[in-house]
Amino acid sequence: MSRATEFVFRRRGGRGWHWTDLFTWFWLVAGFVLMFGPAIWLVNSSFKTPAALAEFPPTILPYVTAEVTVEGYDKPLQLFEVTLEDGSVRVFAEVRRVGTVAQMVDPANPAEIIRVNIKDRTPVRTVSFATENYVQPFLAFDMFRYLSNSVFVTVMATIITLITNSMAAFALSKYNFRGRATVMVLIVATLMIPLSVILVPLYSVIAGMGLFNSLWGVILPTVATPTGVFMLRQYMLTIPDELIDAARMDKASEWQIYWRIILPLTAPALAVLAIFSVVWRWNDFLWPLIVLSRRELYTLQVALNTYAGETNVQWHFLLAMTVITMIPVVLVFVFLQRFITTGIAGAGLK
Amino acid sequence: MSRITLTDLSRSYGPVEVLKHIDLDIRDGELIVFVGPSGCGKSTLLRQIAGLDRPTSGKIEIDGRDVTRVPAADRGLAMVFQSYALYPHMSVRQNLAFGLENARMAKDEIEKRIQEAARMLEISAYLDRRPGQLSGGQRQRVAIGRAIVRNPTAFLLDEPLSNLDAELRISTRAELAALHKRLGTTMVYVTHDQIEAMTLAHRIVVLRAGRIEQVGTPLELYNKPANRFVAGFIGAPRMNFLPASMFPGSAAAEIGIRPQHLRRATPGETGLKTTVVMIEALGSETVIHAENGGQRVLAVLPGQQQLSPGDEIALAYDAKDLHPFDKDGLRLP
Amino acid sequence: MLVAPVGWLARLFDPPLRALQRVGGYGGMAVFFLAPNMLVFGIFVLFPLVLNLVYSTTGGAALFLGDRSFVGLAQYERLFDCSNYLDPKSCAEDLFWTAVWNTAGFVVVQVVLMVVVALVTALVLNRELKARSFWRAVFFFPVLLSPVVVGLIWKWILQRQGLLNLGLYELGLTQVNWLIERGWAFTAAVGVSIWAHVGFYALILLAGLQAIPKDLYEAAEMDGTRPARMFWRITLPLLMPNLIVVLVLVLIRSVQIFDEVYVLTGGGPGTATLYLTQYIYEIGFASHLRNPGLASAASILMGGVLVVLTLLQLGIGRRNEARGKK
Repeated sequence: MSRATEFVFRRRGGRGWHWTDLFTWFWLVAGFVLMFGPAIWLVNSSFKTPAALAEFPPTILPYVTAEVTVEGYDKPLQLFEVTLEDGSVRVFAEVRRVGTVAQMVDPANPAEIIRVNIKDRTPVRTVSFATENYVQPFLAFDMFRYLSNSVFVTVMATIITLITNSMAAFALSKYNFRGRATVMVLIVATLMIPLSVILVPLYSVIAGMGLFNSLWGVILPTVATPTGVFMLRQYMLTIPDELIDAARMDKASEWQIYWRIILPLTAPALAVLAIFSVVWRWNDFLWPLIVLSRRELYTLQVALNTYAGETNVQWHFLLAMTVITMIPVVLVFVFLQRFITTGIAGAGLK
Repeated sequence: MSRITLTDLSRSYGPVEVLKHIDLDIRDGELIVFVGPSGCGKSTLLRQIAGLDRPTSGKIEIDGRDVTRVPAADRGLAMVFQSYALYPHMSVRQNLAFGLENARMAKDEIEKRIQEAARMLEISAYLDRRPGQLSGGQRQRVAIGRAIVRNPTAFLLDEPLSNLDAELRISTRAELAALHKRLGTTMVYVTHDQIEAMTLAHRIVVLRAGRIEQVGTPLELYNKPANRFVAGFIGAPRMNFLPASMFPGSAAAEIGIRPQHLRRATPGETGLKTTVVMIEALGSETVIHAENGGQRVLAVLPGQQQLSPGDEIALAYDAKDLHPFDKDGLRLP
Repeated sequence: MLVAPVGWLARLFDPPLRALQRVGGYGGMAVFFLAPNMLVFGIFVLFPLVLNLVYSTTGGAALFLGDRSFVGLAQYERLFDCSNYLDPKSCAEDLFWTAVWNTAGFVVVQVVLMVVVALVTALVLNRELKARSFWRAVFFFPVLLSPVVVGLIWKWILQRQGLLNLGLYELGLTQVNWLIERGWAFTAAVGVSIWAHVGFYALILLAGLQAIPKDLYEAAEMDGTRPARMFWRITLPLLMPNLIVVLVLVLIRSVQIFDEVYVLTGGGPGTATLYLTQYIYEIGFASHLRNPGLASAASILMGGVLVVLTLLQLGIGRRNEARGKK
């Protein structure tokens, strides 16, 4: 306990409280609430039933109104706590509501209808997680399709990115050839060219290659990332050239030098690029939105957007699907956050 | 058998000529040392022989076979690098095996060779360690081992001792000499350290600015330097170069004399009259910095000398120890 | 486990590639290593860049170039056909100018706020905190989320019966239609984009702050410098290179804002949050008024702005470097 208070009340330089100390704590606590709060609220909401979602004011925890099957009624009836005129409290099931009067029955005595003013009754509620929000999208919609499409795109694009980028970076860092400077300028120049600038012509290239409505049409344009080539090249420049000379004296072919010497030694940079690539490709939205028009090809992001754009948004499913979409990235965050933050701080890239 | 012949070899990078018309014959079994100041082209020359770089013009032959266009892997040579260039992600054993595997040698033969080299170099104890876990000296041995297992026709060594501390450098130098004696294989050794060159070499090649200044045995170079550059480069402290006017009767433009060849004149003996400027007493010998009419003269005198700055001393020499040079710096007969 | 099959595959490639090396030498192998990346790069980046110019001079709704007619600079003329540039309604392509001015407004507000918030966050994180890496991670968390997820998270919170209105309700205040009122939708777009990306920029600034040598502050403290003065005279000048990198990055990204705002507001209400990229997307692909040539012309104009901004960054970076050398 004392350690906790010491931790909370640690001050700058051990001197008196300075306004910056207060401000620091304000900023950190507000940041914590703001950064994590919305995502936690999303997860929390995703376990609510449609009825609970439609309620205002919303509850913090996912409640459902308790129900009971009463003899003589086909559907289960909702249970309410009713305060009777004599002040006693009973639990009744509601049959129907007419204006401000609810017709109720005692589950123990289903024959008798009791009329209760709706002000005198409160629903009996229990905490319950609506896991069907998560199950239904897989059964009723093509959730599994979207998920596997996203995984396919992410994995394939990442593998190809790692191979092509590392090969190019090897050539650009360890060979002297005419035009090397030109290639470097091209790559650096396009670091800043976003997809949105070449949307129309890129679409026509993809369509011309017959890759419209194909996951490969989503994958291929993303794999020659200049960022990746640049990052790997910077790393490979730190590998001494003498190692390559030594391997050549050791009768290694250039291809062997690439995969037996360079690739293992570039592993840390490859790992960072792999993480980046997974996050980028998993999160890609605009390009898949353009290339994929058939529902069964949608990636998760496109599917989410489509469901969110429907006139009758089924929020309970949508929220659960959003959480599922978030999971891989949250896993990356939890386990590899340090990798990424140091990677960004080191290279200043994204 | 491995005789390496370089004929009219030149290499330029763009407008910069790094090697200029090199002609050299390296004999079988010889330990030849390329020496020269940094930037003289000695490492570039070694890389031409290795095949890691291609000459702009000229020819390289190994045992009479023209290998000028043959890639490094097919020249049958092995190289020890200045930084050792051990593969950091492989164990010592894998480092030694890599080249043999690439040559598609049988597994048991590879193992046999590794064991043999490891025993010879006393690195058997850490065959399964990574280079990062070894000391500088141990890494150096592994680098040599990697060359030995290949059983090459010749060894190329690029400043192999420059990353070791002074003490280790001397002992390793002796081991290298012993190793060469034992293997009897041609070795081409590059260094900027003339003492290393003098102690190791059968023959020394002195290079400057991409040209060979002189080729000869260590003593030939010391006793009969072909020019002012070689004279100044070989021997420590550096040779004194004095105007010939200080030596009556000389036809040369300049006279060189090594500090070790100056002695205090006995009474009656003529010599250079100088004023002592500074004294470095090393115990076994004394280095005197003296001056004569603005000319600095360095003398290494034996033992300990009772002198102090400002003293007038005469330095005598034998005429046979004088090295006369003409105005272009070439040695006069 | 993964390495074994990869190694096996790589070994399979060795004999043919050795043969290639024998024919092409080291230079040939360099070309071989470069080829896959440059092929993809050429087909999917460089070629479209050139093709874009061609598209912008053609007209019609067809996507295939063969079906399109050459119209010269007509698309550009249409984009610039305005009697008053400040009033989109007076323009032939009113949506374009709406998007331009919306984007301009968004960029000005968002860039200033983003840089300030990122700087404050970085300064806070640079203090002697216990568990600094934890706090750094807190602010970094949303950076990894996909724009679609970001959009949906906030759409859910900002909707009429959402968490934010619950808060107002609990405080006894009137509830707001956050995404339906123009001013609030703009505020939401700015706020959400800052929420999603501020951690990334704070990280770059934090790296810059941590690179400032501690002894400078100690020396200043010995000179009796007040903390505020230290900030203005030491921290800010030494952080300036990083601050400029961040400023330009934010600027470049801000000009292209699309994904999260599109999911959040769909450009609405009306066209209140319609930004340039969405305009290009809708004119190029989505709307019934489809006109790829016009979209191309607009994207080239946007690309021009981005190039200028990038050059600005390179120029400033070089000037800083030169000053550093002095």
